[in-house]
Amino acid sequence: MLRQGRTFLAAALAVCVAGAASADPVEGEELVINGDITLVTRVAPAASVADALPEVLSGWLFRDEATRAMEMDDFDNPAMLAVDVGLELWDTVDGSEGKSCASCHGDISSMKGLRAKLPKMNAAGDDLWSMENFINDCRTNRMGADAWKWSGSEMTAMTGAISLQSRGMPMSVAIDGPAAEWWAKGKEMYYTRTGQLELSCANCHEDNYGNHIRADHLSQGQLSGFPVYRLKNAKLVSIHNRFKGCVRDTRAETYAEGSPEFRALELYVASRGEGLSIEGVGVRP
Amino acid sequence: MKQQMMLGAALVLAALPAMAETPVAEVKYVDGAIAESLTGAPGDAAAGAKVMTNRGQGNCVACHVISAMPDVPFQGNIGPTLDGAADRWTEAELRGIVADAKHTFEGSMMPSFYKTGPYIRQGDGYTGKGFEGTLPPILTAEQVEDVVAYLVTLKE
Ligand code: HEC
Ligand code: HEC
Ligand code: HEC
Repeated sequence: MLRQGRTFLAAALAVCVAGAASADPVEGEELVINGDITLVTRVAPAASVADALPEVLSGWLFRDEATRAMEMDDFDNPAMLAVDVGLELWDTVDGSEGKSCASCHGDISSMKGLRAKLPKMNAAGDDLWSMENFINDCRTNRMGADAWKWSGSEMTAMTGAISLQSRGMPMSVAIDGPAAEWWAKGKEMYYTRTGQLELSCANCHEDNYGNHIRADHLSQGQLSGFPVYRLKNAKLVSIHNRFKGCVRDTRAETYAEGSPEFRALELYVASRGEGLSIEGVGVRP
Repeated sequence: MKQQMMLGAALVLAALPAMAETPVAEVKYVDGAIAESLTGAPGDAAAGAKVMTNRGQGNCVACHVISAMPDVPFQGNIGPTLDGAADRWTEAELRGIVADAKHTFEGSMMPSFYKTGPYIRQGDGYTGKGFEGTLPPILTAEQVEDVVAYLVTLKE
């Protein structure tokens, strides 16, 4: 009885403290890029995650004013340098077949809409692929070129350039059919408390978004901005690289970038962001 | 190899003041509280304050505001403020919360500091690499007592 009272007190205090930070995420701000394209940064959750999130929020809403501003103008967005490199790579011949991406795909605008639907089942229907898998499949099996490193600068430049083609399009991944078991596996991972700190993704990104963990202002851990330019690293960062850092911070053994586990997790996390605009590409601290 | 040596060293260190030290497996929680000092001796509050702000140790300020530590920047607000904690909890209750808060708050997000596992995918600190064998608890018995000694000073 007494204990319950105290737990309640603790809970009430927690609410108070959270209340103090309730100006978070920012209210009344819109993400308009180049004064032209308005992106959806708040949306009602899809049915599959309605029990988890009252509202789906882009990570952009949780960043400070200066960082938010950088993403609103392509001249100020430091990611655009890497995107330019990606656009050049698109037209660059590489590998034994003497082909560039453009040789087969034409203009990169042919990739419009793709970012919003990834990860998805491959053409053979026997594996769930992230954008990096599709790109390396073309490089190794169609161009006779070496695979790029998952989070290497060529790969993130290319995923950045391809993501830009989907700017403003709503995230919408398929979670039925053969993708269903991947999604279920990813969901299980999302709620599993790992490492010596015994923390799950949900502990931080579902139960505490809007709160601070030390200096970090927690968002919902959404994927709409990816690959994101991280000011801390001064470069584009892949989705799996971000996952790796978050798992490591629970004092756990991480999974490898590109692993089936991280691809499953990517699908589940992407489904939590259904309806958010692809930012193409985001800026984060 | 290096890990084993470090673990060995940690065990030796932990064994030194061990006369009355309670091993993790023998800690008794009654309603979440631990009645006796884990070292058989009172802790050092000043040392406790250091443990609480060190990222690799307690890192309590990552989740809690402690107004008595105005020099510590960026205090988090995942948990309630610890101001006045000693008015709300007895020393035994605070010891239990620091050692393993999950006995007091079911399913708490607060890490269990005096526990050796089992963990899912336990890592070697913040390296992202796996760790074979039994991890030492995040805080030693002495550090837990030091933290408790600091917490009992938090009265309003
Ligand atoms: C020799 C022709 C060829 C080249 C060169 C090539 N691709 Fe492809 N690419 C294809 C084909 C064919 C597919 C469709 C595969 C399928 O659906 O089975 C494809 C699929 C893709 C997809 C998945 C698209 C989707 O809608 O599912 C991506 C992404 C992609 N390629 C990127 C690249 C990139 C980046 C490069 C250059 C590094 C490149 N490709 C070079 C032929 C090529
Ligand atoms: C201890 C708390 C913590 C845990 C547990 C955690 N994260 Fe994070 N995560 C952070 C912090 C802090 C950031 C940076 C600020 C932010 O966007 O929340 C972050 C950022 C992210 C981002 C980037 C968001 C953006 O807008 O760019 C993604 C994606 C993410 N996390 C996914 C995950 C996933 C998936 C898991 C579980 C495997 C996880 N996180 C577990 C603390 C955590
Ligand atoms: C990852 C976040 C986190 C960390 C790190 C953390 N705690 Fe907590 N703590 C919590 C939460 C959340 C609660 C609220 C209880 C609950 O409902 O789980 C709590 C509750 C408490 C309480 C009871 C609060 C009250 O006054 O009613 C005390 C005391 C406490 N923590 C002390 C500590 C100390 C000391 C440390 C460092 C050794 C620490 N905590 C580290 C999250 C954390």
